[in-house]
Amino acid sequence: MINIEGLCVISGGFKLSDINLRVERGEHVALMGRTGQGKTTILEAICGLRAIAGGRIIMGNKDITHQPPAERGIGYVPQDLALFSTKTVRAHLEFALKLRGWDKQRRQARGEEVATWLGIERLLDRRVTTLSGGEAQRTAMGRALSFEPDVLLLDEPMSALDDTTRKELHAVIRTVRERTKVTTLHVTHNQSEAAALADRVLVLNSEGIQPFNSSPP
Amino acid sequence: MLSAGDKAFRGSLIILGGSYVLLVLALLVADIAYCSAEHLKGLFFKREIQFAAWLTLKTCTLAAILSILVGIPLGYILSRMRFPLRWLVDALVDIPVVLPPLVVGLSLLILFNQPIVGETRLEQWLQDNFHAKVTYGELGVILAQFSVAAAFAVRTMRVTFDQITPRAEQVALTLGCSRLQAFYKVTLPEAWRGVVTAFTLAWARSLGEFGPIMVFAGATRMKTEVLSTTVFLELSVGSLESAVGVSLLMVAVAIIVLLILRGIGMEGRAT
Repeated sequence: MINIEGLCVISGGFKLSDINLRVERGEHVALMGRTGQGKTTILEAICGLRAIAGGRIIMGNKDITHQPPAERGIGYVPQDLALFSTKTVRAHLEFALKLRGWDKQRRQARGEEVATWLGIERLLDRRVTTLSGGEAQRTAMGRALSFEPDVLLLDEPMSALDDTTRKELHAVIRTVRERTKVTTLHVTHNQSEAAALADRVLVLNSEGIQPFNSSPP
Repeated sequence: MLSAGDKAFRGSLIILGGSYVLLVLALLVADIAYCSAEHLKGLFFKREIQFAAWLTLKTCTLAAILSILVGIPLGYILSRMRFPLRWLVDALVDIPVVLPPLVVGLSLLILFNQPIVGETRLEQWLQDNFHAKVTYGELGVILAQFSVAAAFAVRTMRVTFDQITPRAEQVALTLGCSRLQAFYKVTLPEAWRGVVTAFTLAWARSLGEFGPIMVFAGATRMKTEVLSTTVFLELSVGSLESAVGVSLLMVAVAIIVLLILRGIGMEGRAT
């Protein structure tokens, strides 16, 4: 589903080079590694937020290396969530659908469906500034999943959550995966989180991306 | 229970901050005490004053709208984009703020009335092609107010955009937005209070503008006279009570408009 070949990203003094990664359709892959290695940069390059200096990114059979983010159709949940502070939970879940021209009835039905999967159906009319950490996390995930993307990128989605909320979110992510079969690349620092959710765990170090066993973080 | 240190801290804050509030209040009380109610009433029914008040409201509002139209894009560019000579653009924007207001008026006068191409002057060209009289006209008042007020709007909008993380805009791009859509659907709503503040500042600055208007638009009664120039005209003919009366009218207008704008700014609507 996602195939990265010899990816090179240069940003100021930071350089990430010769990155190779393959994620199969429907697979959930966790990417671990020390802070500052470039895990977030890889996710941003995949969703089109970073200029690519070399290599290519293939999604399905399509080369998306230089495609604008809007045309890639990738769901992205950044570490800081980046919720839209003036909007309600419902507006978040319908945001991408409105852009795609869905009519109001379809948008509402889809928004409610996604909210039910994520357990935030009672929060639909709340402003996101009033949400708890776990609720905000679910909203960000719902926004990314609402338009039925083929690929979901999660950047340390549970780093700021307590253990109980984290376990609840594990269950939510499993439910979402069962229902959508979405291909997921998930950056995390947490080994148990990676083991609980991922089909495969990889690690990014100075030699590139490798299976977790051969080079622990 | 406050400790002695806390009380001293609180007390010094109140004394230092309160002294300025007291000064402003004293100024207003002095003006009110100087001007009789009878005189004020007579002043408000004077045709010239009514004209100046109406022209002030009209020109300040238009100058503030123009300032916002320029302030939003320029503030956004200075906050988010990196380009050659950005520092120069940044410094240029501040020039109307640091220049003496009279110099802004003088510069406008020269710009519009100096031959630019051959013998053609900008003022003449605008009159010939658009029947627009700028120098010593209403448009001149608006342009003089805008020239200074826009700098404040740009600064305010730049700080506003600096405080809004670009991450939300980036996520909007991944959801299907073009850059323009990400701007007006995500960033602009988040900048709403900054826009209201910038508008308020630009409006208030335009209300108090005097020097550039005098030089570039003049202070002709029933033509280009705004309240700030009325104060000058009344003073220049020795009518101190009328000058104070008009000043009080300006205070009243400013308070009403600023309260309305603050009310709008406080409104936070979820979408």
